[in-house]
Amino acid sequence: MSYHNPLTPPRKSATFDDATLAEIRRAAATGIYDIRGAGTKRKVPHFDDLLFLGASISRYPLEGYREKCDTTVTLGTRFAKKPITLKTPITIAGMSFGALSGNAKEALGRGATLAGTSTTTGDGGMTDEERGHSQTLVYQYLPSRYGMNPVDLRRADAIEVVVGQGAKPGGGGMLLGQKISDRVANMRNLPKGIDQRSACRHPDWTGPDDLEIKILELREITDWEKPIYVKVGGARPYYDTALAVKAGADVVVLDGMQGGTAATQDVFIENVGMPTLACIRPAVQALQDLGMHRKVQLIISGGVRSGADVAKAMALGADAVAIGTAALVAIGDNDPKWEDEYRKLGTTAGAYDDWHEGKDPAGITTQDPELAARLDPVLAGRRLANYLKVMTLEAQTIARACGKNHLHNLEPEDLCALTMEAAAMAQVPLAGTSWYPGKSGF
Amino acid sequence: MPTFDLSNTPLRELNSALHGLAAGANDTEFEVINPRGSHAVAVGIDSPVKVAVHGSVGYYCAGMNDGGTVTVHGSAGPGVAENMMSGAVFIDGDASQYAGATGRGGLLVIKGNAASRCGISMKGIDIVVHGSIGHMSAFMGQSGHLVVLGDAGDALGDSIYEAKLFVRGAVKSLGSDCIEKEMRPEHLEKLAELLAKAGVTDVKPEEFKRYGSARKLYNFNIDNADAY
Repeated sequence: MSYHNPLTPPRKSATFDDATLAEIRRAAATGIYDIRGAGTKRKVPHFDDLLFLGASISRYPLEGYREKCDTTVTLGTRFAKKPITLKTPITIAGMSFGALSGNAKEALGRGATLAGTSTTTGDGGMTDEERGHSQTLVYQYLPSRYGMNPVDLRRADAIEVVVGQGAKPGGGGMLLGQKISDRVANMRNLPKGIDQRSACRHPDWTGPDDLEIKILELREITDWEKPIYVKVGGARPYYDTALAVKAGADVVVLDGMQGGTAATQDVFIENVGMPTLACIRPAVQALQDLGMHRKVQLIISGGVRSGADVAKAMALGADAVAIGTAALVAIGDNDPKWEDEYRKLGTTAGAYDDWHEGKDPAGITTQDPELAARLDPVLAGRRLANYLKVMTLEAQTIARACGKNHLHNLEPEDLCALTMEAAAMAQVPLAGTSWYPGKSGF
Repeated sequence: MPTFDLSNTPLRELNSALHGLAAGANDTEFEVINPRGSHAVAVGIDSPVKVAVHGSVGYYCAGMNDGGTVTVHGSAGPGVAENMMSGAVFIDGDASQYAGATGRGGLLVIKGNAASRCGISMKGIDIVVHGSIGHMSAFMGQSGHLVVLGDAGDALGDSIYEAKLFVRGAVKSLGSDCIEKEMRPEHLEKLAELLAKAGVTDVKPEEFKRYGSARKLYNFNIDNADAY
């Protein structure tokens, strides 16, 4: 009788998993860190970890399609002479011409306008196409000040002072040379083909006291007409919100780490900033502590995908939300119909994130005229409008089920959490209990 | 000439009067007295008006000026003439940080000294400083000219793009990718023009040295990572 030692099956390390090993090899081979677009890909506690309770004996619901459930939101009621009113609280986040093609920017403007909401410029200035096709356009005031001028400031409907974004709180940007066409170069006052660094700090102010004076200047230049937003990444939401209010903001835009970017280091996207879910309650608390909740509006962004996400953000106290990545998907980003071309680029539909390289098969994150021509801005705009309307209907469906005649009437009491983490972050009870971590039981 | 006394007139009245003047308006010259360090004085000018400010101003005086001529008979706080599009701004005294930040056009003349980050991220503005400038000036300067009759502080022209820097005195140190460059005839000609516009009569262009980009950091290369 022979005896065989049983083989030890091969076992891969949890610490050194395949993706980690591949990244070490890639870094060793190329000598450059990985740059990509989009937001975090790691799994973080999110809106999926919350559920609505719906109506019951103590709460009665509203009739679907019959009883009114209002979705309008007015932004900029604190100081602006001309606040903006949107039909749906789902806005389009800032994305630059440069990062996106002219056709893609036009599609976002068309879609937002059809759905009765706003769109936002990005780091690179305002184009005539997006101004022309956007009924309500928010003009970003960024550290780089690319394309910044008083004429566009005055023809905007609101101004968004960008301090940070969720994908990279504390980081600037880089538009690599391959996306710098003549037009992009001209708008940014730089030579064609060189990398364009977007600064991480504003050139002429630091800290909340300076910001207050900067906002005063912008209001004086625009004769106090425009709502002024302050956008921050999800880092210290309680203090950032309080300081933005102190500095005179009409609206605070808070972007969690699932929020996308056109291009940043993967290490930054995956390791800096907080999940959107963890940002909302501290920000709302700051507004409530200052007596400014609903007076200074709060826009939440970073991983909003559905009407359920919208309703959950609003139940936690937001006045509106913004979408970026989801809007790009709606107009055609990462569509499986381009699978053959994604394969040629070494990726697959759903995973394509090399937005900085300008080779987007869908014609969205590119300045290549042939690729950009693949996107029909009218059709893509229609798709975005459809998607925005579906999300709005979904949010209304949930709000009615909770007995609310306005999305703003949703409240934390309408929610429960599926996980301890989500219960702690959203400060709503773990499902089936009346407790969440951090809440005293006594 | 309309006069705005900022000791008893809201800032709003001044800036409002300077915006959207009808073509052929009679009053195109304005006087501001008692500014007392007010912020955002004469911002957003959008026509060729003349504004004389008697006293010192706070932050962002003449911000985003587009075509106006603003003269401050005093000193200016941070961000004077920030993002200027066109026109001219003259400061009799000193200027604080970020003078002419991100300016796209026009002329900024500072008869005293300018503090740190003068001409930061400049995008086409011409700046002439009769005195000296502080550290990190012309940081990430994209285009335009910065002329300094005195000295420059540390890290002049750090990460500079295509802005042209002319310094007559000593430069304490140059920033990343900023080098001394050859002064060619076209530079001497431009310098003479800027000195004349700035009211400098007793200084020759030949007394300056020119600094600009080595263009080594224009496209990312991992081997340059230690340059920062």
